[in-house]
Amino acid sequence: MDLTTVLQILDSTIRLGTPLLLACLAGLFSERAGIFDIGLEGKMLAAAFLSAAAAFVTGDVWLGVAAGIFAALLMSAIHGLASITFRGNQLISGVAINFLASGLTVLLGQYWFALGGRTPSLTGDARFAPITLWGAEALREVPVIGPIYYELISGHTALVYVAVAMVPLSAWLLYRTRFGLRLRAVGENPAAVDTAGVSVVGIRFAAVAICGVLTGLAGAYLATGLSAGFVKEMTAGRGYIALAALIFAKWRPWYALGATMLFGFLEAISNRYQNIDLGGIVIPVQFMQALPYILTVVILAGFVGKATPPRAGGEPYVKER
Amino acid sequence: MTLTRTLAGGAATLALTAGMALAEPALIYDLGGKFDKSFNEAAFGGASRWVTETGGTYKELEMQSEAQREQALRRLAETGSNPIVMTGFAFGDVLGQVAPDYPDTKFVIIDMVVEQPNVKSVVFAEEQGSYLVGMLAAMASKTDTVGFIGGMDIPLIRKFGCGYAQGVKAVKAEANVILNMTGTTPAAWNDPVKGGELAKSQKSQGADVIYAAAGGTGMGVLQAAADEGILSIGVDSNQNHLFPGKVLTSMVKRVDNTVFDAFTAGEAVEPGITMADLSNDGVAYALDDNNAALITPEMKAAVDEAAAKIKSGEIKVHDYMTDNTCPAASF
Repeated sequence: MDLTTVLQILDSTIRLGTPLLLACLAGLFSERAGIFDIGLEGKMLAAAFLSAAAAFVTGDVWLGVAAGIFAALLMSAIHGLASITFRGNQLISGVAINFLASGLTVLLGQYWFALGGRTPSLTGDARFAPITLWGAEALREVPVIGPIYYELISGHTALVYVAVAMVPLSAWLLYRTRFGLRLRAVGENPAAVDTAGVSVVGIRFAAVAICGVLTGLAGAYLATGLSAGFVKEMTAGRGYIALAALIFAKWRPWYALGATMLFGFLEAISNRYQNIDLGGIVIPVQFMQALPYILTVVILAGFVGKATPPRAGGEPYVKER
Repeated sequence: MTLTRTLAGGAATLALTAGMALAEPALIYDLGGKFDKSFNEAAFGGASRWVTETGGTYKELEMQSEAQREQALRRLAETGSNPIVMTGFAFGDVLGQVAPDYPDTKFVIIDMVVEQPNVKSVVFAEEQGSYLVGMLAAMASKTDTVGFIGGMDIPLIRKFGCGYAQGVKAVKAEANVILNMTGTTPAAWNDPVKGGELAKSQKSQGADVIYAAAGGTGMGVLQAAADEGILSIGVDSNQNHLFPGKVLTSMVKRVDNTVFDAFTAGEAVEPGITMADLSNDGVAYALDDNNAALITPEMKAAVDEAAAKIKSGEIKVHDYMTDNTCPAASF
């Protein structure tokens, strides 16, 4: 295996890991505030659809991203209303979001574009073009560093850099600000936060809204960055893989980067090699595809460290009377 | 005045009921969805042609999950639809159970053989069509490396890949064929992101023509190939128009003709097994204005010659599904 091959696989890892990273961070904010969110898949799907639709109609990809965020925020609002305001079961609300997004995207898509739920293919400014970073062309010929910079770091679409920037930003927000402290406290012991005079409902809604923005970016990246347009059910289970990555990352932002990139790497490997031949032992591609789930189960079973979810996760907060 | 209106109304009602008594045909689309730009859409095309030519009406149903199949078949049979046409191998098991319960209803299943006295099974010789596009791919390739991206990893899709690989090797024996499957679940039919990523991965391994047999995932493959400046090959429907000048050709399965013929025959559909292959134009490679510049006269002549030899039996294209092995490729 030469350097070019390694770089190509890592390049693909970044592309495939980015939507997972955004969705994983989205889940992180929501779950750290005590709101389990299995509706990540549905939010991404809704965002992918509306971003592709808006980008096609307006011809501007950034308007598409805005529309995608709007769609995911709408879904988040439904989830928040059901599980925070009305104290419904968070898992059921999440499942409902997934079903709603799956049906609504196809229905609206058919109504607007009459292509069976697909949006027309995006061209030109309606989709993200790769960005060549400063000096990439000039450095290209430099041995080792040149190709790494040119192939791996430069040449991605804007949302990839946004996603990577979200990691330190999330870590700073969660661990270095008053808001972050309160958000984490709401997920561990909402009664204590309430006693301190801070609105639990307000913090939880803020967390769910952040989750909406991030899933919106993830969906928009799928539809306008990675592919050119929306196809029904195009998220293909990435929301669930992001949830698995969240557990794998033990609900921490920097770990989330590692976990999602590992999962992206596994997918990139399985894309590149149908079957891996390790001198006599052949690893079938299906094993590589199942590996993210196997790893998550291993983590959950407590073999590698311990993954403790936020203590108040999944429970609606009821003020004591 | 009032009397004539009542009479006219009565006549209209009569005409309506008479129309109802004549059984409507029905069409069930598989999970890929009616507008997959591919297999199911071809079936819809056949049904639409039947509507414009005969003015008839038909019922249609789109599957949303595996669990709906039996219910859908029984519902349509009980409401008197006849014949009931379904697209996709996945209906095989269910139809085997349902068909005996409705002996007066005729069923037509595409891509699968179900041996029941009231079932017509239409299977396509995908390996023959894939062989031809494989030859075209090999002749169009400058790197002597071509790719294949399948949808869900099932024997039917391996049959496409196997025929393709045989066609490639027939032209360039030492050419490299990269084979990838998108996944092992039905989600593999609708994952354009992964399709595009697989196409980029194959391109980085040197492939410059990629054949996608992957339903909605194929859209991502065709898009990525167009972006990367390499050629792609569409499947089932003629997909040349999706990216004019970037799609080398399409392996067309005339599913539309099957549906049209079944609808036209109505209740008189002849049960049994029909093989749609090159000899009865069941499969073909697509040539139109969009790809005319990509197919040189020499390429066309070579492929047409091979097609004639396949028809006459001089060239035997191996069918993966007969023994689950492929002489030209390993999965």
